[in-house]
Amino acid sequence: MSFYTSFGTVLLLLAITAPVALAFGFGGAMAARSRILPVSWLGKAYIAIVRGVPDIAFFLFFVIAFDQAIEWLRHKALCPDWTDPIRQGNDFVVCAEAKMPLSSAAQWVHEVYGFGLAVITFAIVFGAFAANVLFGAMRAVPRAQMETAEAYGMSHRQAFWRILVPQMWVYALPGLSNLWMVLIKATPLLFLLGVEDIVYWARELGGSKTAKFTDYPHGDWRMWYFLALLVFYLLFTKFSEVVLEKLMVRLSHGQATLAGEKQRKAKA
Amino acid sequence: MSCWITIQDYALRSIGIGERLLPKEDFTLCQQFTLIGSGMIWNVYFGVVALLAGFFLATALALGKNSDNRLLRKPAEWFIFIFRGSPLFIQFFFAYFLFLSLKKLSPVFAPFTAAWLGALVTLFFNTAAYSGEIFYGALRSVPKGDLEAADAYGFSGWKKFRKITWPTMLRLAWPAYTNEAIFLFHATTLVFFSGFPAWRQKGDALYYASYFADKTFNPFIPYPILAMYFVLLTLIVVTLFGLVNRRLNRHLPQGVRRKIRLRPNLIR
Repeated sequence: MSFYTSFGTVLLLLAITAPVALAFGFGGAMAARSRILPVSWLGKAYIAIVRGVPDIAFFLFFVIAFDQAIEWLRHKALCPDWTDPIRQGNDFVVCAEAKMPLSSAAQWVHEVYGFGLAVITFAIVFGAFAANVLFGAMRAVPRAQMETAEAYGMSHRQAFWRILVPQMWVYALPGLSNLWMVLIKATPLLFLLGVEDIVYWARELGGSKTAKFTDYPHGDWRMWYFLALLVFYLLFTKFSEVVLEKLMVRLSHGQATLAGEKQRKAKA
Repeated sequence: MSCWITIQDYALRSIGIGERLLPKEDFTLCQQFTLIGSGMIWNVYFGVVALLAGFFLATALALGKNSDNRLLRKPAEWFIFIFRGSPLFIQFFFAYFLFLSLKKLSPVFAPFTAAWLGALVTLFFNTAAYSGEIFYGALRSVPKGDLEAADAYGFSGWKKFRKITWPTMLRLAWPAYTNEAIFLFHATTLVFFSGFPAWRQKGDALYYASYFADKTFNPFIPYPILAMYFVLLTLIVVTLFGLVNRRLNRHLPQGVRRKIRLRPNLIR
């Protein structure tokens, strides 16, 4: 049963991460094009750092780092009279009340917490890439559009929200759809983060519990589990491609681009 | 123990030369730097060999996908779709278990279950598919005028391809291909985290980095070291590819030359 829910876990992760990463990306892009210098540095640094490092290292790093940061903060707040050092040699020790989640908590709390960490990690990494795409898209909107907005007396903020944001999506979509494909393909990394996803189950089902394959008529099944996963991902990718194509056609409607112009001519 | 002795003991540890036992406690910075650097040997090996071999298959795939002959086009299209449409991570797992079952049929496949060959083959196919798509895109955008000029000069067949089409294709594809190369090196870190076992703890850089992180519960030292190594590696790759790019563009006037825009990709 948990094997089937693990497919749900992957879909859920995608459903939550995509909007969150998009929000991170939007924030990052807005920061990067900010007129306040330190803010724009911050945005650009965020984009540059995350993009420069292999993301699998990021995944391994962030989850532990996050976990320790949260526990350390709770430790400072909850146990002020704890005198032992937190790092005892190779161990990271906090008082029992600061454990996250509490060791008395139910199993599902642990799972949700792990899942939450995974979502945040994915969102930070993919947010940086989304920020880069959106930053490019904002600059791709024809300058004349913004100048017209200024000529009509719109303030910076108004021009941004009413002119730039609605128009940038068509420029951002190719990059974002690329990102979506990559995000789909990144989900197996969940297994590294200790969430019980499909890779975990595929290993588990064919794993040590049925070590003597010779007893079974079907032999080693793990190969077929992974083949099934491969097909699952291929179908998912194909499906996304079709949907994104449709979306692109919709977004191009009425835009001052080649595709938009084609639509206009086809109608006329 | 001085740092020099550590380097002597562990610098070639990842290929089985030197001290057998990994350090167990009192980890020094020097040990971490040496072992993680030692692991980089594998990353470089996988990346370089897969890239060199993949280059030729990629050219063949691009030509196949561009072919008018269905028998050539369909296999190339499917190959590219399968390897680009599914996560590399799953491909590694699948390949490992596939080779395991093949091993039972014939001992010829025994070396394929080891990382040095099995993972290499997977990476080779994967990078061939991605670069094949890049080359295909470039092949389609070879200027019509160039080909007409080649016809006018009496080039045909192999000579036209070798002297005109192929160099132009490479020139157009090179910036994207550079990114693919960088990305391939990043992807090599996945090898020992998928099915392939690190025999006698001979692993790659990330393997040792996560070893240290596991033992010390402190991700803040090994992962930044890993990141530093990868930034260095990326810089080297960029420099080498930049030199090739200069050579490919040497006949063009300064202003027209295409600069390589760095766009490190993400997970595949």
